[in-house]
Amino acid sequence: MKVILDRLRSWEGFLLLVFVALFALNALASPYFLTVQNQINLFQLSIEKVIVAVIMTLVIINGEIDLSVASIMGLAASAFGWLFQSGVPVEAAIALVLLLGLACGAFNAFWIAWAGIPSLVVTLAMLIAYRGFARVLVEDRGITDFPEWFDALGQDPILGPFPLSMILFFVLVGVFWLILQWTAFGRKVYFIGSNRSVAEFSGIEVRSVKAWLFTMSGLISSLAGLLFAARVGAVRGDVALGFELDIITIVLLGGVSIFGGVGSITGTLLAILIVLNVRNGMALANITGHLQTGVLGILLILSVMVPTIQETANRLFRRFGSGRA
Amino acid sequence: MHPTTLRVWVLFFVLVAVALFFSTQIDRYLSPRLFTRISTSVSIIAIIAAGQAVVVLTRNIDLSVGSIVGCVAYFVGGFLVAFPETPPVLVPLMAMGVGACFGAFNGFLVSRFRLPSIIVTLATLAIFRSILVQSSDGASITTNLMPDWITEFARMNALVVSGFQIRWIVVLALVVFAAMHIFLTRFRAGRRFYAIGSNPDAAEFAGINVQRTVMQAFLISGALAGLAGFVFLSRFGNITVVAGLGFELKSVGAVVVGGVNIFGGSGSVIGVLLGATMIDLIDSSLVRWPLVSEFWRDAVLGMLILMAVAIDVLLTRRLSARRTKAKDGRSDPATDATADRAG
Repeated sequence: MKVILDRLRSWEGFLLLVFVALFALNALASPYFLTVQNQINLFQLSIEKVIVAVIMTLVIINGEIDLSVASIMGLAASAFGWLFQSGVPVEAAIALVLLLGLACGAFNAFWIAWAGIPSLVVTLAMLIAYRGFARVLVEDRGITDFPEWFDALGQDPILGPFPLSMILFFVLVGVFWLILQWTAFGRKVYFIGSNRSVAEFSGIEVRSVKAWLFTMSGLISSLAGLLFAARVGAVRGDVALGFELDIITIVLLGGVSIFGGVGSITGTLLAILIVLNVRNGMALANITGHLQTGVLGILLILSVMVPTIQETANRLFRRFGSGRA
Repeated sequence: MHPTTLRVWVLFFVLVAVALFFSTQIDRYLSPRLFTRISTSVSIIAIIAAGQAVVVLTRNIDLSVGSIVGCVAYFVGGFLVAFPETPPVLVPLMAMGVGACFGAFNGFLVSRFRLPSIIVTLATLAIFRSILVQSSDGASITTNLMPDWITEFARMNALVVSGFQIRWIVVLALVVFAAMHIFLTRFRAGRRFYAIGSNPDAAEFAGINVQRTVMQAFLISGALAGLAGFVFLSRFGNITVVAGLGFELKSVGAVVVGGVNIFGGSGSVIGVLLGATMIDLIDSSLVRWPLVSEFWRDAVLGMLILMAVAIDVLLTRRLSARRTKAKDGRSDPATDATADRAG
């Protein structure tokens, strides 16, 4: 019993309670909410963001940030559209776009890990630049009419009721959870995030860990961009514009500290479920997209105040729990 | 020569070189019209960048300025529609006041709760924009609803010298820069921004109230963004919900290209003015350059910012390594390595 109570006192426990409450509220508000199809639709609408949120969790735990993810998504989608229009076969275009994502990530990694410029600055500059390259490729056109099988890849269920993007998401969550909790690499990610200089003096190859994370972030963002193109069936220069806000909000809400060293995939997963439910609830309450973004902004501020809130909560818990302990 | 001064001169010559380069590419490029056009369009972004520079000096960043510009332009426009008889002198002051309120919200969260400014202002970027969307309900302010003087103000010339028209809004921007330059270099309150930017702990030990100074920086940034909102309203007249979108990145670009260290503590507003001019010059010249499509603008801007920061980092490292060497009187690989990391 005590173990369960201790678990519930953590941030993840709090998130779980919030999630259960939101889930119950939504279920009461609409009879269609509890259907499997609605749950999948809920995920589908934000699937690209939540996929990127998984790798962003590792990046922020490592004490860095990647603001360029949404622009890489846009660039990947635009590059795919451009290649497709230039007559490159779709299979080859997919491979090339993933390579491009890898290259974008490696370019970020070069400046951050090798040149030692803070990731905040590098990825802010590349947020502008990658989006610029996307616009160079497609200008102000929209590109559609991809082959049917490509669109189906983003829309149709392939395993039970699950479409490809959701299966990819579950695989990524599993893989990164394993990496973070059960491998030496994962422990290094935490260690570097909590104290970089100590990690350096302990002989950990800080640069290569960071380089690996940013390269992966680029690759996964380009994958998310492709999934977006497949789901929507069309590509424009402003694909995924501003998604970085949602992605970072999810990760920070999940209890990952912006200063690094603290956080978990479980927390991010719970935060994803909460944000999806909040969005669903707001949509049910007829709240429009722009206001939803504003509410997410407020959530973001609240979630960076997590340490402060946690401290206050702990103090309250201690006051009430002192009799038992 | 002081490194900051050197940096400003280098920027100046690069600016001249860029102008000369485009003059070989575009017919009838160097003309009084170019001067008028660039000086007018740069004045908005320059005013915002002056405020952004103060925030960056304190090791922070303000990404919400674009949304503040949009909000202030909309609210002031709406106010003028409702009360067309408002004395013109009060209007820019009101714009600065409204902007300062937005800035105070940022400053409160950043200084009181010690939250990272990048996250706070990324959030308020969205929050302020949704306030604008919500209160305007998608409707926009149009020129014909407002008193005539507001749109005429942007087109009025302060003086004309052989075809070179200098608009009043350009004079306004120059006054802002002159005031900021004197404030930041000659006043104790101005030097505090540099002090907490170059070493917050030392500044605190020296008795500087870091929280209050950070708050002041965000207030200045908000107020100047508000002033820019007034100029924006005057120049464009029609205000929609996308007003000021993307200005935050341009202003950060101007500040960084202008040689203000993104890690705080060094830089001058003269450099920022040149940086803003540089970005605007490249921006508007690419549109007219037949060889390259105008869609390259953002790509060029992003790479320009990255290059500016990279040069800064490498130069600082070289300088501090040389200083350590000069201090020791001998070259010691161990101290070089520490200097490397410190840079």
